[in-house]
Amino acid sequence: MAKPNDLVQGTLDLLILKTLSLEPKHGWAIAKRIQQICGEVLQVQQGSLYPALHRLEQKAWIKARWKETETGRQAKFYSLTAAGRAQLEKEAENWSRLSSAINLVVETT
Amino acid sequence: MLWARRFWLKLQNLFRRNRNAQQLNDEFQFHLEQQIAEYLAAGMSPEEARYAALRSFGNSTLLKEETREAWGWVRAEQMAQDLRHAFRTLRRSAGFTATGILTLALGIGANTAIFQLLDGVRLRSLPVSAPQSLALVEIKGGNHGFGISDRDTNLTYPLYEQLRAHQEAFSGVFAWSGSDEVAVGQGSQQRRGRVLWLTGNTFAVLGVPPIRGRLFTDEDDRRDCGIQGVVISYGFWQSEFGGRDSAIGSKLLIQGHPAEVLGVTPPDFFGLEVGNNFDLAEPFCSVTAFRPATSVLARRDLFWLTAMGRLKPGWSTDQASVQLDAISPGLFEATEPDGYSTKSQSIYRAFRLAAYPAANGLSDLRKTYDASLLLLLGITGLVLLIACANLANLMLVRAGTREREIAVRLACGASRWRLVRQLLTEGLLLAAGGTFLGLYLATIFGRNILWLLSTERNVLELNLALDWRVLLFTASIAVTTCLVFSLVPAFRSSRAKPADALKSGSRGVTTGREHFSFQRMLVVSQIAISVVLLVGALLFMRSFRNLTTFDPGFREKDMLLAFINLEPMHLADVEQYPAVIRDLLTQVRSLPQVKSAATSTHVPLDGSSWTLGLQIGGHEGWSKFTWVSPGYFETMQIALLTGRDFNDRDTQTSPHVAVVNEAFARKYLGGVHPIGNTFRSVAEPGYPSTEYEIVGVVKNTKYAGLREETPPESFGAASQFPAYGPWVSIFLRSSSPPSAVFSVLRTKLNELNPEIRSHFSVFRKDIENRLVRERMMALLSGFFGALAGLLTMIGLYGVISYVVVNRRNEIGVRMALGASRVSIVGMVLWQTILLVALGTVLGIALALAATRGAGSLLFGLQPHDPLSLIGASVLVTAVALLAAFLPARRASRVDPMVALRYE
Repeated sequence: MAKPNDLVQGTLDLLILKTLSLEPKHGWAIAKRIQQICGEVLQVQQGSLYPALHRLEQKAWIKARWKETETGRQAKFYSLTAAGRAQLEKEAENWSRLSSAINLVVETT
Repeated sequence: MLWARRFWLKLQNLFRRNRNAQQLNDEFQFHLEQQIAEYLAAGMSPEEARYAALRSFGNSTLLKEETREAWGWVRAEQMAQDLRHAFRTLRRSAGFTATGILTLALGIGANTAIFQLLDGVRLRSLPVSAPQSLALVEIKGGNHGFGISDRDTNLTYPLYEQLRAHQEAFSGVFAWSGSDEVAVGQGSQQRRGRVLWLTGNTFAVLGVPPIRGRLFTDEDDRRDCGIQGVVISYGFWQSEFGGRDSAIGSKLLIQGHPAEVLGVTPPDFFGLEVGNNFDLAEPFCSVTAFRPATSVLARRDLFWLTAMGRLKPGWSTDQASVQLDAISPGLFEATEPDGYSTKSQSIYRAFRLAAYPAANGLSDLRKTYDASLLLLLGITGLVLLIACANLANLMLVRAGTREREIAVRLACGASRWRLVRQLLTEGLLLAAGGTFLGLYLATIFGRNILWLLSTERNVLELNLALDWRVLLFTASIAVTTCLVFSLVPAFRSSRAKPADALKSGSRGVTTGREHFSFQRMLVVSQIAISVVLLVGALLFMRSFRNLTTFDPGFREKDMLLAFINLEPMHLADVEQYPAVIRDLLTQVRSLPQVKSAATSTHVPLDGSSWTLGLQIGGHEGWSKFTWVSPGYFETMQIALLTGRDFNDRDTQTSPHVAVVNEAFARKYLGGVHPIGNTFRSVAEPGYPSTEYEIVGVVKNTKYAGLREETPPESFGAASQFPAYGPWVSIFLRSSSPPSAVFSVLRTKLNELNPEIRSHFSVFRKDIENRLVRERMMALLSGFFGALAGLLTMIGLYGVISYVVVNRRNEIGVRMALGASRVSIVGMVLWQTILLVALGTVLGIALALAATRGAGSLLFGLQPHDPLSLIGASVLVTAVALLAAFLPARRASRVDPMVALRYE
């Protein structure tokens, strides 16, 4: 299983930001969503999400609020801030630049 | 405003730690519940679902730590923990803590006090605006004793006027002179005030504003202004007027003349000479009113002004010097004094002015104490080093007793860096405690040292307030010492291998050979440094003793001095004074308490000097000149080697006669029989060229100071003194208590004329007061030497005790096998002796190297004085053996049964 450290830190941040761009979610839902989309390719230990979430919160890119879920439990919902949205755009752009560059290198043989 | 938001979030975390932690728990809990619910829905058993959820979540403790790191403040939190822990452990061993803090406080306090003095004497800037652009204007290289000078780089008043008129480098030049004391007030309220004479523009050029009233301007400094106004210092304002505003405009009696108080200078303006404060300031034009007998402002041979200028923007002192050099020939030509020989006058015309940076003001203190203070700073630095070595040793001993604790913590997964940090925190706490106590001790030390340096007649005033420089100095030595004494023990104990420490039972890993060797090295270096300090202490104490017991060639014991000023009698003609003085001397001699008395124009050993050029046997030379009354040699108990003393037949009209000293006879007369030879003095203003016949030779006596070689000196008869005036110094020999003699004298003088002013002193005390620097060095180096010895003793005691405790089993075995108590004591002492021998040899080598530069501060002995070296070695050895004897005896009392059972 991949340890959180093995994931490029920025990558996890990008995944979280992207996941939150649609609607506010709590931690478990974010983990589920990432697992759903990436499936077996990116196996993230679920717990390692939390240090990242708190780090992003400290950077004021996401904000958190305790709300009731549909089952009536209190859960901490994270949502993107304006600064977070800007950051997401920047990182997404960086990522596509980086990945296309790497693709180019890998495919040009 | 993202940063502000982030900052706000961080700050919130600081106060919400517990709530945050609780919420994180809830968050994790919620996550797990969701996951479990999902697994249950997928058909797992509750047990399986729980484990699977926990597994997929990961190590929650580690994750919590990581999350906490995201909140920030982890370091601060750990530091707070370390501090709390260190505080608890230190409190538990109060004895160790007290010893440590006191040791450090003594070391840091001594260092800070000396640094404060150094700071006060040489580092502080003048309390004026933009002191960097001030420059001193001096005669380059001094005037070589030309005329009469306060300092040989000083200017005459006419020279200052010329300078002011012709210089171009400065936006303003001013001058001052500050050596006079005047009587202030009237009758029983009369006290002495120190006067600062200055040019009217001084305050304006310096940029010193008044805090009350106004200060002088050029308007106040008009020729022959008399006494009109006076500016007073803040201290004088406080002491004389209680700081009341009504002081401004009130009248102050100065030498009997009423003067209006114009204004007060700011509290931090101490004058321009560090350590030489003033009470009153007067413009130069008032001088004539104080000294009607002579017009000092017109005198071209009186070098008594210190001049400063403020450089024009863009000018450097070097450029100013170039300009001054260019105008110098004109200035000196215009102010050439009359009455000198042509040769002297050409010397005068060759003088040049130059500019020197003056931001820190001017100070004779600096010249006198610079070397001493730097040396003392070195000494206190070494004391601090010993204190640090001591603490390092104590910390090592403690680390030894705590190694099991540390091993357990390492085994539990504590990081080494964290352990080191914790031990460092303990050191930091100790250092902080030592520093605060040290700062307090520093103020006490500082005050006492100032008191040591002050004498009745010269009270030293220095600003010893803590400024940033002193605090920075103290803080940096505190941090350095902390690192020095706690780093090594900290790294050493954190390096321990947990398994070894836990295995080795009561004997720890740190008792290995390598460990001891470090402690021994510390002890050896402590001993070596102690030797250096003790050698220094002995050198200075012996030097001081040499000075106080040195035979100056006359007997200063039972000698009293009376300075008498007849000026207030206002005799119509100066010609009348010699007769009055002769009469006065007769009256004084007739007192039953006075064995003998004589007048002299020079007081030996007071630092002053009077030189005249002379021609003898076709050669040119020079000699010190002193005019004395008959009976002087007898009163001073100076042996007359050949010829005669002066007598009443030597009068103003009889041929001029001289008594010379041995140095004179040897230098100028070689083997020739001196009596009957003649020489001619070279003319100076007031001292026309005169032919003297030598009528006697006296033994050499010290002249201006104890340290200098006896110069050629000739004595003239007081009755033939060409420059007589209303002042006279009388030497009195008396075996009655000084105070009794003084009161009889006072009564007598009052009978003769109540207007006569007088000042009395005990000659021996005057001489000792000029040895304050030597006294200070002797006392302080002695004190620090003793302190070093004490600290070393404590350190050695600690180490030997520790060694003994750790070798208890071995000693038990030895004793069980038949070793006697004496042999056990011998064994422990032998170890000490080895350490001491090594340390002493090292120390002596260091001392020889270190004291080489101290020669100029010593008197009558060489820096490699064998007695001091041997004395220090013996002292250190004795102290060390004493320190080792107690643990050695304890070792010999070990009960073999107990020691062996302990294993």
